[in-house]
Amino acid sequence: MSFINLKDKIVQVKIVYYGPGRCGKTTNLEYINRTYRKQIASEMVSLKTHGDRTLFFDFLPFDMGQIKGYDIKIQLYTVPGQVKYNATRKLVLRGVDGIVFVADAMEKQREKNIRSLNQLHENLQSYKESIFRIPLVMQYNKVDLKEHGIPILPTEVLEKDLNSRLKVPYFEASAITGYNVAATLKKIISASVISIQKKLL
Amino acid sequence: MNYGIVSQEQLEQIDKILAEKLIKLGVDCVIIIDMAGNIITAKDNGESKYDVYSFAALAAGNFATVDAMAKLVGEQEFSLLFHKGQESNIHFSKIDDELLLISMFGRDISLGFLRLNVVDVIEKIRKVWERK
Repeated sequence: MSFINLKDKIVQVKIVYYGPGRCGKTTNLEYINRTYRKQIASEMVSLKTHGDRTLFFDFLPFDMGQIKGYDIKIQLYTVPGQVKYNATRKLVLRGVDGIVFVADAMEKQREKNIRSLNQLHENLQSYKESIFRIPLVMQYNKVDLKEHGIPILPTEVLEKDLNSRLKVPYFEASAITGYNVAATLKKIISASVISIQKKLL
Repeated sequence: MNYGIVSQEQLEQIDKILAEKLIKLGVDCVIIIDMAGNIITAKDNGESKYDVYSFAALAAGNFATVDAMAKLVGEQEFSLLFHKGQESNIHFSKIDDELLLISMFGRDISLGFLRLNVVDVIEKIRKVWERK
């Protein structure tokens, strides 16, 4: 849940990038960090292993300006994607306001995406949240690999696998080149802020 | 539990408690965060310039990890944590299931004295919080 400070007029919004291992969650944040460096006051925090895999989370806070006199502070988190780290993933999801599900569009990752999404559903339930209610955006990452001759899943297949019941907004993207990274971010921010507003009314 | 909004009056009372009980004592910076990593309030002595937002995210993660370790050894919780450095130290103490009080202080305050004051501060904050 977001925290709203009525005294200093600050709203903190927690957005988590979720998805299977090596799908590009950290790459999304790194791209955002590089591209919007001027708007970001602090450094990106990454808790990772020697092999550059996320161990706990990455954290990137930035200011989005004001809405109705309130400063909106966006806090981006990623979860560790590796299967064995589910306890940590659950911890990061605590108090989440919006989720970007980053799916790996490579053909061989098809099953991992589905498993990860199912686990997200379970993890949210443990906080009495529902995947059907929480603001969620799908990102089908790595579409650039097609040009390199690596087989990737068509968007229709990904939509059918992951989004046929959820029916949330989706983007084809390439976190490494930045294609649709900002579009995904904008979508999840607006969905999360609208959802917070609704809760308050 | 709905802790998402705290009234201006409550925050002012909490800030006052922190200023009188901890900052006056010589603590460099005090932060209250929730377990999701949000900052409820932050007070400092005007000199320290910490990146409190990153700090809150890491502290919440840190505390959650320690909580999980407590469960592994059969404890309900470890309600406080202390990190000692050369020049600065950090003391974490649980206010309730959702809130955490973090004090950063230098060499001129003894840990025992700080802990006594932290206990007092937590008691007072709980009372303010209950009135919601």
